[in-house]
Amino acid sequence: MRPRFYFLTVALLVLFLGSCKKDNYDAPAADFNGRIVYKGEAINVQYGNVYFELWQPGFGKSGAINVNIDQEGHYSAKLFDGNYKLVFSANQGPFLWPKNAKGAQDTVAVNMSGSKTMDIEVMPYYMVRNSVFTAASGKVNASCKLEKIITDVNAKDIERAVLYINKTQFVDGSNNLANQELTGAALGDLNNLSFSVTVPTIVPTQNYVFARIGVKISGVEDMIFSPLQKVQF
Amino acid sequence: MKSIKYAWFAIVLLTFGQSCKKDSEYLNKQPTNTLSVEATWKDPNLVLSVIGDLYDRYPDFQTIESWWEFTDFDEAFASNGGDYGRHQNAEFDYGSWNWWDYGYIRDLNVFLKRGQEATALSEADKNRFIAEARFIRAGVYFELVKRMGGVPLITEPMEYNYSGDPTYLQHARAKESEIYDFVISELEAVKNMLPNSASTQSRATKGAALAMESRAALYAASIAKYGVSTGQVSLPGGEVGIPASMATAYYQKSLQAAKEIISDGQYSLYKKNPNLSDNFSSLFTDKSNNPEVIFAKDFKLKTNKVHGYTINNQPRSSAEEQQGGRLNPSLNLVQSFEKLDNTYASLASVDASGNPVYYTGITDIFAGRDARLAGTVILPGTQFKNKTVDIWAGYMLANGTIITGDNFGQTKKDVLPGKPGTVQVVGADGPIDGLEFSAQSGFYVRKYLDPATGSGQIGTRSEVWWIRYRYAEVLLNAAEASFALGDAQGAADYLKPVRDRAGLTTPLTAGDMSLDRLVHERRVELAFEGHELWDMKRWRLADKAWNGNAMSVADFTNAANIGVAARTNTQVFGLWPYKYYNPGDANDGKYVFKVVKPSKVTAAHRFRLGNYYSLINQDIINRNPKIVKNPNQ
Repeated sequence: MRPRFYFLTVALLVLFLGSCKKDNYDAPAADFNGRIVYKGEAINVQYGNVYFELWQPGFGKSGAINVNIDQEGHYSAKLFDGNYKLVFSANQGPFLWPKNAKGAQDTVAVNMSGSKTMDIEVMPYYMVRNSVFTAASGKVNASCKLEKIITDVNAKDIERAVLYINKTQFVDGSNNLANQELTGAALGDLNNLSFSVTVPTIVPTQNYVFARIGVKISGVEDMIFSPLQKVQF
Repeated sequence: MKSIKYAWFAIVLLTFGQSCKKDSEYLNKQPTNTLSVEATWKDPNLVLSVIGDLYDRYPDFQTIESWWEFTDFDEAFASNGGDYGRHQNAEFDYGSWNWWDYGYIRDLNVFLKRGQEATALSEADKNRFIAEARFIRAGVYFELVKRMGGVPLITEPMEYNYSGDPTYLQHARAKESEIYDFVISELEAVKNMLPNSASTQSRATKGAALAMESRAALYAASIAKYGVSTGQVSLPGGEVGIPASMATAYYQKSLQAAKEIISDGQYSLYKKNPNLSDNFSSLFTDKSNNPEVIFAKDFKLKTNKVHGYTINNQPRSSAEEQQGGRLNPSLNLVQSFEKLDNTYASLASVDASGNPVYYTGITDIFAGRDARLAGTVILPGTQFKNKTVDIWAGYMLANGTIITGDNFGQTKKDVLPGKPGTVQVVGADGPIDGLEFSAQSGFYVRKYLDPATGSGQIGTRSEVWWIRYRYAEVLLNAAEASFALGDAQGAADYLKPVRDRAGLTTPLTAGDMSLDRLVHERRVELAFEGHELWDMKRWRLADKAWNGNAMSVADFTNAANIGVAARTNTQVFGLWPYKYYNPGDANDGKYVFKVVKPSKVTAAHRFRLGNYYSLINQDIINRNPKIVKNPNQ
């Protein structure tokens, strides 16, 4: 009986140690993060709606890694080390992305070896400047200035500017409690836009809301926003 | 012993006897379970079964075989546990509605090639089969172009030569307009090879070819005309987007094709039943001598070609199985049926100053409306299969308190003040919020619901057909094309018979005509017929109506913009009837109505510009690098 018992032990040991071998490659470990910016200032957008693509050539079949931009313009992705190409597909985001000589979207080479932080410089059509939010008797008042960044042939007009408020920090066209829209003549003086929106009853009650001003540029799907602010009242 | 000897003898004989055959004969046996190409193309009945398979593979989005797709765009609520998610996702996936079946196109091309080479068939049979296959192929390209934009145009079966280099098989996408041109020219070419007979409704006919041509040309024309408003939805190579200058020619083709059907006189509107609402609902279920149906996908009882639309959607209280009631038309759709004086109005649940309105009969609130409303929707208090549906949400007391239950037709004891005893507190069909199969919007669907006994049983099912093209749509196409070509009076004249049948006998004048009117007419006439997505896409209204903005009760009470085509339509709302309980009051026992948003509706639909043309999967692009991506994705 004894020798057989030892034999069994050894056999099991071999078997289990054998399975300790890694049968797969490591999970991606390098962090790639940063913001989309214009002259160092983050571009605020609606979350889940603007993304760029990362392509890694050299592995046969290709497929893009889509990296989403969050509402404050940040992104982050876990990647393997290697060489990637970064590109925004046409008409993504409230900004222009450079084109190459052939007229296609240009790519930016990204070399990953270990983690990397990179701000991506883009050219927005407009920027929302000096946004101020104040609370006043059941209302949120706001003002801002819109600066036209692109003034050449690619310049576009503003379709509407909207003040959104929400009870959570996600504030945009799809997530809001109330909004006030300025269109047409109300957009006459872009240096001085003012908004006012009544705060509806919030259940359960809270004594603050989050507010942002969004700008819809005509012919551009994604809106550009002011930085988010919590308004206490 | 003797018998064993005989047995041995027999075995030996059989074994060696076999080997007397020639080797070539032995190895060259015909398979007994498949038919060879040569054998098939000798017999018209066998070819018919091949083309039957090709007909069967024709794609549809939103049909009676997939009721849930009708709920994706807020025309109806999905009262089914697994489908609430349709009202909880704001964005449509870029890959929604995509379809890329070149295997099917290859089979069609192979069929056409073999048909042209066949010698044993009579000329008449051969020509008809070839024309049918070309009709189906044109339809397939039409289905492709409305989903994906321009696609590679392949009209010959391609063969791989095993050289290791498949690049010669890779074709770039054609322009969107080129695909529409191909569809139109193919249908124009085959229309006279097909029988011109209104009694052939499940195979291609001249009428079907012209109806498809009229629709395809109308789609191309409106993309050219309205694509200007969504300039971003285009590609520099023309794979997506049609230049505005081509609009007029397409509208003319659409009108011409529609006119040819009308002047041929083979088809007419279905008017067998003097009750206009019943007439409108039996238009879809009456399969004997139905003069309106041009091309349909047919079903037959006691075969495997039956469907469960009626099982899924029959009223729960009179259901023949313990299920039904899944498809609940929304108040958004119901209130868009106009009043008999051609004006739009919300259903009067409250008066102009916001006070509730009391109705003696539960159906009174729907009185004086387009007859198509009751033909499309089972309203509270109306009948299906001679049984009145029991849709009411509970009792409302004088102080506004609601007394209701949480199960079908639930009874409660001593709940009504001053009235001891057991009473039913909710209808046997609901509405009960969050309870599947109950009429959670306050309505059930009627269109395509089969009135035959047994249609609601799993063992029997339904043989009601799916109508792909019908005469009323041809008239609407003609109206839209006429209007776009500047003939408003002509448009009004084409609309007239369709509206007369709906009981809207005051004719519209040329001055009443507008895109809003035409959009509205298609919406109510063709609801639950698989048109809404494609129509909203081609008018470039999809991103405006499904704009991601939440809706409120105010959109359904005294709303002023019901007839506006671009009106926000992002969330399903419902209308619930309550019995007013206030003994001694003049209004006791009357009905009051409340506009409600079912609690399962949590998100507002948003159609992004990238949804106009569906995503082409990356593996398709990897196989053929000449394919360019669709815009805005």
